[in-house]
Amino acid sequence: MRLLRLRVNGDVVPVAAPSHWTLLEVLRYRLGLTGSKQGCDKGDCGACTVLLDKKPVLSCLTLAALAEGHEVTTIEGLTPAHLRAGGRGADPIQDAFDRCGALQCGFCQPGMMLSARALLAKNPRPTRPEIQAALAGNLCRCTGYTQILEAVELAVAESGGAAVQPADGRRGARGAS
Amino acid sequence: MKAFELLRPASLEQALELLPKPADRERVRVVAGGQDLYTEMKDRLIEPDQLLDLKRLAGFDRLEIDGAGNVTLGALLTLSRVAEHAGLRASLPLVGEAALSIASTQIRNVGTVGGNLNQRPRCWYYRHPGAHCLKKGGSECFSKEGFNKYNAILGGGPSYIVHPSDLAPALVAAGAEVVLAKKGSSRTLPLEQYYTLPRDGDPLRETVLGSDEILTHVRIPAPAAGWKSTYLKFKERGSFDFALASVAAGLVVEAGVVRSARLVLGGVAPIPWRAKAAEEFLAGKPAQPATWREAAAIALSKAEPLSDNEYKVALSQNLIERAFTRLTT
Ligand SMILES: Cc1cc2nc3c(=O)[nH]c(=O)nc-3n(C[C@H](O)[C@H](O)[C@H](O)COP(=O)(O)OP(=O)(O)OC[C@H]3O[C@@H](n4cnc5c(N)ncnc54)[C@H](O)[C@@H]3O)c2cc1C
Ligand code: FES
Ligand code: FES
Repeated sequence: MRLLRLRVNGDVVPVAAPSHWTLLEVLRYRLGLTGSKQGCDKGDCGACTVLLDKKPVLSCLTLAALAEGHEVTTIEGLTPAHLRAGGRGADPIQDAFDRCGALQCGFCQPGMMLSARALLAKNPRPTRPEIQAALAGNLCRCTGYTQILEAVELAVAESGGAAVQPADGRRGARGAS
Repeated sequence: MKAFELLRPASLEQALELLPKPADRERVRVVAGGQDLYTEMKDRLIEPDQLLDLKRLAGFDRLEIDGAGNVTLGALLTLSRVAEHAGLRASLPLVGEAALSIASTQIRNVGTVGGNLNQRPRCWYYRHPGAHCLKKGGSECFSKEGFNKYNAILGGGPSYIVHPSDLAPALVAAGAEVVLAKKGSSRTLPLEQYYTLPRDGDPLRETVLGSDEILTHVRIPAPAAGWKSTYLKFKERGSFDFALASVAAGLVVEAGVVRSARLVLGGVAPIPWRAKAAEEFLAGKPAQPATWREAAAIALSKAEPLSDNEYKVALSQNLIERAFTRLTT
């Protein structure tokens, strides 16, 4: 057992965990942050993607002990960060995924949205091939990817390079139910 | 994963002190990004008592290009940084292309040069916790008579793994050397000599790295004037995957004639496979499609496919032709 001080979604959280536990295990089974999904647990699916110092990494292939001293962002932290930065409503990526119906079972979605968030932070105007390349490590078994790509493009289009303010009454914009 | 003790040395000297004697090789493992090592630990292919994390070592994550164009890659440099380095892409495009072809953004953000060159095979018998194959100290390579779609067509026997690294063929084609440090000394050798065929070395390992050594740097000599290079990789699926076959190619062409060529194949042999006979054939030949076709035939002439991987012959030949065509049009 080791006492870790992790920085997760803007908070410093002390947490005791065995030193062989992954960041994913600590997030899910110690901190209750179950948004990060345990899919393959060995690098193949991207469902466990989190941001470490704003870069997407696989939390299933990160030791929790080695995440100390870095800033961890999980899907639970996206909208709070957006609000803290003066935005309204949900994070624009989450909002666009919602409006485009870019999910079915939803298992891939947290990782997908964090990969997209990291892409837009680095490249606010990505082309479709750039979006595809950035999301290539996130597998989806349900959607066929089309709505996912459209959601990222919607977020890009609405941001104009800046943070998006989601409009009111926005549901149904693309037939999402 | 089995529990282990995590050691975090703050300097190379401290790390070298902690490296094990050959007899304890399995007890203490070095970890850089862990993007390969943890997958082995999760499948309990290895169960080390101690992990020696290298990430606190300062100064081993640099990419330097000196005034003459010689490149030094620190072992802890991430694959993302190699892929994104504009200067490197300009002088040695094959290295950046190879780095960008590896795995996914997430894995490239964490995986390192040293880890990529030292990663373990992906043969599914090796990776299967229940198969006690030759690579794990068993008596037999099951791929020889079993499922061998992804295995070697060149240099196989007694093990038929293919080396999974994309960086390795590109760096061998670029003439890179590796620097290996141990307590009190270091040695430098061509990357080509770092890898060993199962029939020449210990079938449990793919390299000559000693249990008391760490790979600290890769050095790439400045390319010759007019040298053009590329890395082409064929994957079974578009998103991300290991190479079914890949080609690292470099050429100097003057007045329509090939002056010198480098050709190294990935995904087809237990080591990055230097196609020397094809390189020798190419020197002095006209830079034209018929030459590439003949070079491709020569490069694969010694191939010995297994029951399910003959497709790799034509695939590699086509990649070779395509690579040289790309470099000359
Ligand atoms: C889903 C998936 C897809 C992948 N796809 C590809 C691919 O397409 N192409 C490809 O090339 N690779 C691929 N990989 C393999 C690999 O994870 C990465 O290429 C990565 O570079 C490994 O680097 P690392 O720093 O994480 O290595 P680690 O996991 O830390 O180390 C790997 C091995 O090298 C040893 N080691 C690490 N650093 C050193 C050093 N400095 N000196 C001596 N020994 C050292 C470790 O002890 C360990 O045995 C993939 C991996 C996964 C999980
Ligand atoms: S759970 Fe981490 S990549 Fe699948
Ligand atoms: S929505 Fe089910 S995996 Fe993507």
